[in-house]
Amino acid sequence: MTQEQALYKYCLRMGDDALIHAYRLSEWCSNAPILEEDLALTNFALDMIGRAQAILDYAGKIDGKGKTSDDLAYRRKERDFYNHLIMELPNGDFAYTMARILFVSIFEYYFFSELSHSADTTLAAIAAKTVKEVKYHMAHATDWALRLGDGTDESNTRMQQAVDDLWAYTGELFETDDATAVLEDRNIAVDMGMIRAKWKTDVTRILTEAKLKIPADGYNQTGSGNGVHTEYLGHILSEMQYLQRAYPEAIW
Amino acid sequence: MATDSQLAMWEVFMQSKPGANYIHAGSVHASDKEMALQNARDTYTRRGEGTSIWVVPSNAIVASNPDDNEMFFDPANDKVYRIPTFYVMPEGAKAI
Repeated sequence: MTQEQALYKYCLRMGDDALIHAYRLSEWCSNAPILEEDLALTNFALDMIGRAQAILDYAGKIDGKGKTSDDLAYRRKERDFYNHLIMELPNGDFAYTMARILFVSIFEYYFFSELSHSADTTLAAIAAKTVKEVKYHMAHATDWALRLGDGTDESNTRMQQAVDDLWAYTGELFETDDATAVLEDRNIAVDMGMIRAKWKTDVTRILTEAKLKIPADGYNQTGSGNGVHTEYLGHILSEMQYLQRAYPEAIW
Repeated sequence: MATDSQLAMWEVFMQSKPGANYIHAGSVHASDKEMALQNARDTYTRRGEGTSIWVVPSNAIVASNPDDNEMFFDPANDKVYRIPTFYVMPEGAKAI
């Protein structure tokens, strides 16, 4: 695997994570429990779409075939998407959505903090901007985890269920592959082992404070690194890509 | 109308730049002060409007009664000598 091929894959994984998580959060638009939370979740989605655009544009440049971020977002097949499985799972209830933001934002906070020192200056610049956004997502989700976990019996039950259900999807966030190995040798990719340890420490502290039980580590869902997804991604893409598929080159 | 499902009301004051006065921006619903601050941030600073935010529980605000308006405000109407229009502004000063 050449450095370009590895970097292309690395960027798609990051860009697709942001794009698909943003899609799920934007589904909350007009459906959140209160107006203020509606704005918060869609603000997060906009942060992520901006990040997806920057990273996918860069991926298109590395690929060198003239593809834009729009081409990559709207004209790629399901098997060519590399977002982690946790991003594509349905929103579930509000606790489920918050648990996902919590797990993902803590991961992204440490990931992009490290990536801001990458030898690849474009990725380092995107990462530096992203850290600020993700830090806020993390603060917001942490507060909600505490409120829901240490709230009523009902809110604690729902938050615990969300944590238990999502737990098997968190291990995949730290997976490495041929691409990360090539890039790590060149100080472009970040060390996942270190990030995993920091993630576990923070998550353990927050869940404990929120009076939630930490699930036992068991089997982890995996597959997205090879483009193998849950049944849900195809449904997301069929809706998200509909317009470009039905009316190619459509502009407004 | 089930207003109780919308959490408590907070008033939001924003500062547009360091040193400027805090100006009332609007209100948000929140169950605690951290949530109030975050909701204010998400609701009122999306287009770069502010550099600092205050949130205050709405019930902590004491407001004048419109019935008292005559007593409160009318007596100031004919006291033009309280307005410093007789002073010459120093050249170049934008505000005193």
